[in-house]
Amino acid sequence: MDFLTVLWPDLLILRRRLARYLLTTLISPLLYLLAFGWGLGRGVNMGGTSYLEFVIPGIMAAAAMTASFNGAGTKLNVDRLFYKCFDELMMAPLSPWSIVLGKALIGVVRGLVTAAAFWLVAYLISSGFTPGIWFLMVIILSCFLFAFLGVLAAFLARSHEDMATFSTLFLLPMTFLGGTFFSLAGVPRGVRFVLYLLPLSHVTSTLRALALGWPFPWPSLAVMVALTVAFSLACLAAVRRSSV
Amino acid sequence: MIVTEKLSKTYGRVVAVDGLDLEVKPGEIFGFLGPNGAGKTTTIRMLTTLTRPTSGRASINGFDVVAQPLAAKREFGVVQQHLSLDRELTVWENLELTARLRHLGRKERQRCITEMLAYVELEEAAGRLVEELSGGMKRRVMLARALLHRPRVLFLDEPTVGLDAQTRRRLWALIRRLNSEGTTVFLTTHYIEEAEALCHRVGIMHRGKMIALGTPRRLRERVGLYTVEALWNGRDTRYTYFPDRSRAVAYSQGLPPEVKTVVVRESNLEDVFVELTGRKVGEEDDGFSYRSLA
Ligand SMILES: Nc1ncnc2c1ncn2[C@@H]1O[C@H](COP(=O)(O)OP(=O)(O)OP(=O)(O)O)[C@@H](O)[C@H]1O
Ligand SMILES: [Mg+2]
Repeated sequence: MDFLTVLWPDLLILRRRLARYLLTTLISPLLYLLAFGWGLGRGVNMGGTSYLEFVIPGIMAAAAMTASFNGAGTKLNVDRLFYKCFDELMMAPLSPWSIVLGKALIGVVRGLVTAAAFWLVAYLISSGFTPGIWFLMVIILSCFLFAFLGVLAAFLARSHEDMATFSTLFLLPMTFLGGTFFSLAGVPRGVRFVLYLLPLSHVTSTLRALALGWPFPWPSLAVMVALTVAFSLACLAAVRRSSV
Repeated sequence: MIVTEKLSKTYGRVVAVDGLDLEVKPGEIFGFLGPNGAGKTTTIRMLTTLTRPTSGRASINGFDVVAQPLAAKREFGVVQQHLSLDRELTVWENLELTARLRHLGRKERQRCITEMLAYVELEEAAGRLVEELSGGMKRRVMLARALLHRPRVLFLDEPTVGLDAQTRRRLWALIRRLNSEGTTVFLTTHYIEEAEALCHRVGIMHRGKMIALGTPRRLRERVGLYTVEALWNGRDTRYTYFPDRSRAVAYSQGLPPEVKTVVVRESNLEDVFVELTGRKVGEEDDGFSYRSLA
């Protein structure tokens, strides 16, 4: 249960700043919701559903992605390179897996808090969409996926800037191109292939299918599971290698 | 017990530690001296599993730091040279994290943390964020953290930097007490009097290599137990070493008139250090050197 000990201090910090955290983490998804879902997309119909209903699962996926990546990666990066308090974990008798899992879990927790808070607001604004158990499972899986990616980025980063670069280079494009605001089914085949290289595309397709009752994209779920496993193994290798 | 065999670490072209062979006996207080960049911290980082050796071996109480890292980690506590506390947590929370990581039970955690906080006189600061503490207070928290789980081997990388005189003396007393209870202590310091006051044996490191090793007295014997410190032309101080007082006095009396001030005194570790490394303690390796006439 060492991973819970690794998670414990980060939970304390989150609890202490929960109000501020909710405020900052909800700003951009709510802006997207207002600008695109409510402003731009009003009256637009997406295969039988309103654009607002269509876009909510997408924004939720993007928000959870950003929150879990940053939630796991940002503090880890600073603790490792700047405050050096990560050394304390590296010198404790823990398995590398406890460290990786513990550090990823705070990303998962933050991602889920963000997703839940966003859902609550979306529920009040719009149709009253209620996610089912499978929707929740997929959200959790996606949080693990991006939290492990955040841990990995924090381990590969050599400076604080590297972390910001990674975020701008991967997360931002994914937010806009990963099927958050438009249907991937509607784009030309070549482009679609490229867009499906983005992990977020699989999350949005899966969540949207579950939310709107569309056919379930099993291959996308398989890709998510595979990526989660791959990123976690890469984290493990990075921790082992990090003793330079 | 700490053992290293041909322990080396290279960073690119820099050889930080170069084939170090060392044995620190159980129950010993071992002092590790050397100019800036000598490789002291790198050695401690390898011994505490943070840095992987380029070659060679090292073990703590028989556990190889590379092959059996988990077992080795249970044996030691460390105060690192740089502050390594979580600044977003309180003093208590920092200590509790370490206590939890070391699998202390709830009651034991409570007891150990309270006891250590009392020891470093930080009871009132327990609930404060580390961010808000003064530098010396942070170092005391680091010390409390290193001792929390009663390690049998204690590494202290310049533990008294930034401490006021009283706290430093208290720390010395603590180190002696822990040592008398069986803790092996491995410390680095730039304060020569600290090494002299505390250490059973001292090793002097220079450019990654151990250039001298022994009791403080043996090392002083090596350069000469007496030092003549002569000020030439009012600006150039030269040091000369002699095995006994009479020869030192004879030499001092035969100095030419350019020497205005001359002092004959017992050699100390600092003399050993300067003589062997060619620089004052803590001075950068910039080619500036003190030469002796002998
Ligand atoms: N992470 C690193 N990357 C590259 N070079 C390094 C690294 N760590 C240490 N070095 C180099 O290794 C050498 C030894 O450094 P080390 O920190 O062990 O010295 P030290 O004896 O502890 O010095 P000080 O008294 O200043 O603390 C130095 O030349 C340093 O520049
Ligand atoms: Mg050092």
